[in-house]
Amino acid sequence: MPFFLFVLFFLVYPSSTLVIGSFRDQAGHFTFANIVGLDNPYIVGAYSVSIRLSVVTAVGGAIFGFLLAYAAVRGGLPPFVRSGMMTFCGVASNFAGIPLAFAFIATLGRTGMVTQLLASIGLNPYDAGFSLYSFWGLAIVYLYFQFPLMVLIIAPALDGLRREWREAAENLGGNFIDYWRYVAFPILTPSILGTSILLFGNAFGAYATAYALTTGLVSLVTLRIGEQLAGDIGNISQGLGYAMALGMLVIMAVCVTGYTLLQRQSERWLK
Amino acid sequence: MRRGSLWSWLWIMLGIIYFFVPLLASFLFSLKEKLGVLSFVAYENIFKDPNFAKNFSASVLWALSTIVVGVVIFVPTAYWVRLRLPRVRPIVEFVTLLPFVVPAIVLVYGLVATFSRPPLPIVNSPLLLIFGYTIMSMPYMYRAVDTGLRAVDVPVLTEAAQSLGAGWATILLRVVFPNIRTAVLSGSFLTFAIVMGEYTLAQWLAKPAFGPYMNLLGQVKAYEPAACAIISFALTWAAMGIMQFVGRGAPAGAQVAGAH
Repeated sequence: MPFFLFVLFFLVYPSSTLVIGSFRDQAGHFTFANIVGLDNPYIVGAYSVSIRLSVVTAVGGAIFGFLLAYAAVRGGLPPFVRSGMMTFCGVASNFAGIPLAFAFIATLGRTGMVTQLLASIGLNPYDAGFSLYSFWGLAIVYLYFQFPLMVLIIAPALDGLRREWREAAENLGGNFIDYWRYVAFPILTPSILGTSILLFGNAFGAYATAYALTTGLVSLVTLRIGEQLAGDIGNISQGLGYAMALGMLVIMAVCVTGYTLLQRQSERWLK
Repeated sequence: MRRGSLWSWLWIMLGIIYFFVPLLASFLFSLKEKLGVLSFVAYENIFKDPNFAKNFSASVLWALSTIVVGVVIFVPTAYWVRLRLPRVRPIVEFVTLLPFVVPAIVLVYGLVATFSRPPLPIVNSPLLLIFGYTIMSMPYMYRAVDTGLRAVDVPVLTEAAQSLGAGWATILLRVVFPNIRTAVLSGSFLTFAIVMGEYTLAQWLAKPAFGPYMNLLGQVKAYEPAACAIISFALTWAAMGIMQFVGRGAPAGAQVAGAH
């Protein structure tokens, strides 16, 4: 089928070039040197920052997104709140990359509107050590596309919580906390966990937003790969660059597998 | 008002603030090009810039080509899998998820590494960019089409068409396609939104596009980037709005995406 050929050619083949390249030395012989060579402060540092950033924004996005989704779906609010929220989230989760970085520079950059507003009441965040172009600045920007994704995925799961389960819990003498602890939360756990993993991968693979904001000041794996592409090899060889990309593929594969398995688990009760 | 709904409103308000403050700030910022007054000078500058026209129209071209390639490849595949190869479905679904495993920067790294040397040195061909975008949009496009097909009784329609003497091309174009038009449209608008703001692939395959243009603008100008953010946001909003509009009543497909 042309479909498989197409995917093979433009997805699998290019990825395999990277995979094979990670096990080759300059002369084209098989070697583990590149994989061993990943243990290099420059690369380990990039992975560590990338992973921490992804964990922070995945957990933050999951918590905030869950609370928002819960408020919109189960909070006893008029129905237009929910449909409005889903539309906003659809837009926000797609609004990323360069324009998102610009929007936040205009907001929380050194001369951004919110920075100026806070400075005018004597609370300039930059005096307190904050910078948009740092780890935490990046985290705030990433959250902008992280929590809407959580809302979009978790809202249908919340819909699936049946009223009967709640009533059954109440009939058996359980209170609100019991219901959440023994019924709702265990049912939702695979969804919440799975979506968090998805958010992790979402942040881990992000490049354009981080590039436009920090131009490499914060060391992320994606930015390091960008440097490789720019021919700005620095102190690492081509094979090592491929190995770095292989590491990303492995982490992303684990994320997508985890998400798929947990989603399947959650379908046991929901839907 | 119940205590519960007060809490709900609080969270909703926080969400609204997070969502709108950056947009409001960008908008106000974009109006400050002229000292002391609010004006649309930054927008005028962008729209008058010949490079904007060039890069923006290039992105529109990439987006439309990606949609065409996507429809041509994914509609027959999804149809055929539903009709004849239901056993292959899990495999195809797995394959459509693969692009999530390969972030844009890794994909373009692989494309450059693979196609910049023999046997196939096509790295400079615009086709490579379009095919790369087709891969990136595959999870959304394929899923949209597949969701559309779910609502249609594919075997019955096919048999009916065949018994009236239709060939495969006629079946696909005049029977299947009209039935999943809404689904194809929503997949297309999502693809459009993704491609229009995309930076990574266009940048490293060295092709003119709106994303790299915006990035360049960000390095030399102060107010125009904020205006670009607003333009880009309006585009995303329009694409998603039209998508929801045409998708009314149809089963909701996946609408989560992003080229971050």
